[in-house]
Amino acid sequence: MNYIDAFRDPAVAKQFVRLIAEQGRALADQGRRVHIMEVCGSHTMAIGRYGIRELLPENVELISGPGCPVCVTDPGYIDAAIALAGKGAILATFGDMIRVPGSTSNLTQCRVSGGDVRVCYSPSAAIEIAQSHSDREIVFLAIGFETTIVPVVSIVDEAIRAGVRNVSLLTAFKLVPPALHALLADTEIKIDAYLCPAHVSAIIGSQAYEPFAADYHVPCVVAGFEPLDILYGVNGILAQMLKNEARVENQYARVVRRAGNPKAQARMAQYLEPVDAVWRGIGVIPSSGLGLRPEFAGYDAEKKFGMPVHIGQQHAGCRCGDVIKGKLRPIACPLFSSVCTPDNPIGPCMVSAEGTCAAYFKYALRDVQQGGET
Amino acid sequence: MNTDRLVQLAHGGGGRLTRELIEREIVPRFGNGPLSGLPDGATLPSPGDRLVFTTDSFVVHPLEFPGGNIGHLAVHGTVNDLSVCGGEPKWLSLALIIEEGFAFSVLARILDSVREAADACGVTVATGDTKVVARGQGDGIYINTAGIGLALTGFVLGQERICEGDCVLINGTLGDHGMAVMSARQNMDFVKGPVSDTGSVQRLVAAVHEFGAEVRFMRDPTRGGVAAVLNEIVEGREIGILLKERDLPLAPATRAVAEMLGIDPLHAASEGRLILFCSREVAPAILKRWQALPNGEGAVCLGTVTRDKGRVVMETVTGGRRLVDVPRGELLPRIC
Repeated sequence: MNYIDAFRDPAVAKQFVRLIAEQGRALADQGRRVHIMEVCGSHTMAIGRYGIRELLPENVELISGPGCPVCVTDPGYIDAAIALAGKGAILATFGDMIRVPGSTSNLTQCRVSGGDVRVCYSPSAAIEIAQSHSDREIVFLAIGFETTIVPVVSIVDEAIRAGVRNVSLLTAFKLVPPALHALLADTEIKIDAYLCPAHVSAIIGSQAYEPFAADYHVPCVVAGFEPLDILYGVNGILAQMLKNEARVENQYARVVRRAGNPKAQARMAQYLEPVDAVWRGIGVIPSSGLGLRPEFAGYDAEKKFGMPVHIGQQHAGCRCGDVIKGKLRPIACPLFSSVCTPDNPIGPCMVSAEGTCAAYFKYALRDVQQGGET
Repeated sequence: MNTDRLVQLAHGGGGRLTRELIEREIVPRFGNGPLSGLPDGATLPSPGDRLVFTTDSFVVHPLEFPGGNIGHLAVHGTVNDLSVCGGEPKWLSLALIIEEGFAFSVLARILDSVREAADACGVTVATGDTKVVARGQGDGIYINTAGIGLALTGFVLGQERICEGDCVLINGTLGDHGMAVMSARQNMDFVKGPVSDTGSVQRLVAAVHEFGAEVRFMRDPTRGGVAAVLNEIVEGREIGILLKERDLPLAPATRAVAEMLGIDPLHAASEGRLILFCSREVAPAILKRWQALPNGEGAVCLGTVTRDKGRVVMETVTGGRRLVDVPRGELLPRIC
């Protein structure tokens, strides 16, 4: 574990905090406020867990982005899953999904009223369940960004090899770059720089962010999830901003290559093709998702059971969409902590362990009393 | 299939097979004390004026995990509940609910563990019960134990007695049981994975009763972990607690699995740990005494009581501060 401790060294952290403070002051002297979007839910959690917001100067603000795959799942997807459970399918899912609100219900309620919903830690569990229940249909809730997509799609690969036919995927895979593009194109949202995801970048490569730096003049820094990674990343962004530069900087070079992971990319291309995807709170973003290619229709739950996913209904007061887009701080949402809590989540940002609202509720010391429009 | 080695419904039916189960499995292990002759209830000498009485049920899955099994837990859980109330554990009841088809070999291992743990704690299994439920109606075996202890003199314990400046002590690493069970449940085969801390804290309690009123309150951080215990104590009060991340005692394997699954070790259960609040003055002496005892070697001061109304706050390794919240619902793994 010394490898982890090296990235949590308090003395080095102090140095970074000092550098960040100096650069923040220099920017403040120019009358500049800096809005950095941390794209990934794991960054949001790490920032909360290590109290990093507290260490930053007043004019440097971290805004949480849409990078939690659970949070951006549309209610219609949950509705479709519940309908499949109602037809007798076993639903296999990652844990966070079981409390995500659908239009009228969620998977926890579905399980209480007799639906067979099983929480898995690994996609390979889907094959095991399918083999031990050969008389039942197993539907794996296939959500996730680039990092998660390859292991999940390996279910199809394994099923084909093992001759397992009673397993399928209900896909809602999402891609990070199209969402980042949509956010920059939205003139209502102020984003000065992207702190780019760690693990997603390991798959897609740091080159995926080059268009944002070139077309929108937005510094993009790829950073790991350890506290020093994040401080180093913020420091790198401020340095670029002071010099009025905008380039992609890969500070997570111990894992991320410019071209990413070609093997993983090839595997994705083999099984999946781009589709338009619904992002909760954002809406449909063209070609921002991946679905199974037609030749794998037998493993595509929507096609196999003839049950297409429709866009669902959200709670009227829920402003998760604005939170996901970085337009609203969680605490400015009228539902936050009064109606919507981790025990009774109304919106997906409160459900997932990596959701922005959950992170604020769980860790925030300072922000809870302040206003939230960004 | 060799059915004579599996528990049958008839083993709980009250007839010949029930008798056989009791005589083969229970009497040899527990039949010498108040259970001898198998009376309907135990007749016990009164150990003192004030007694401590508790009960707990054990439904852990899997039944066996690195570091112990449900038998150890059934003894330690109840012994520890008596201990943290300032009691000296004396007697246990042992009630088994066994699922039809359960292997006698596993039952024997579990009962051996009950015996071993009870002997180590110096408690006597004084009465018991065995039932068998049909296949599918239980998860192998459930155990309930109730315990009676003698209230130790000297202690004046109460959450309301905790005040600003007090120290929060713990006798060892955090969350080992939770992470060991989680690893076993997910079939994570580690070479050196987390090992449950299941164990008794009674000697640690007995070792501090002479500090009397300087010891404010004790609790064992089981479900919900240390975070749940600390939050419960400060909720609605004028006091808070400050922890330092650097001082959190974590076993390397527990820390590694917690990192992998994205679980905060402060939220993971322990089954052999004791959180003790005491005045700042006596904290060093208590730590010294604990560190010389079995199950106390890793004793440390976790944090201090502050005036930060109702909040448990942690100073992180990077120098930031964050809230330590109570765990919500099931402990779920992170997905990416």
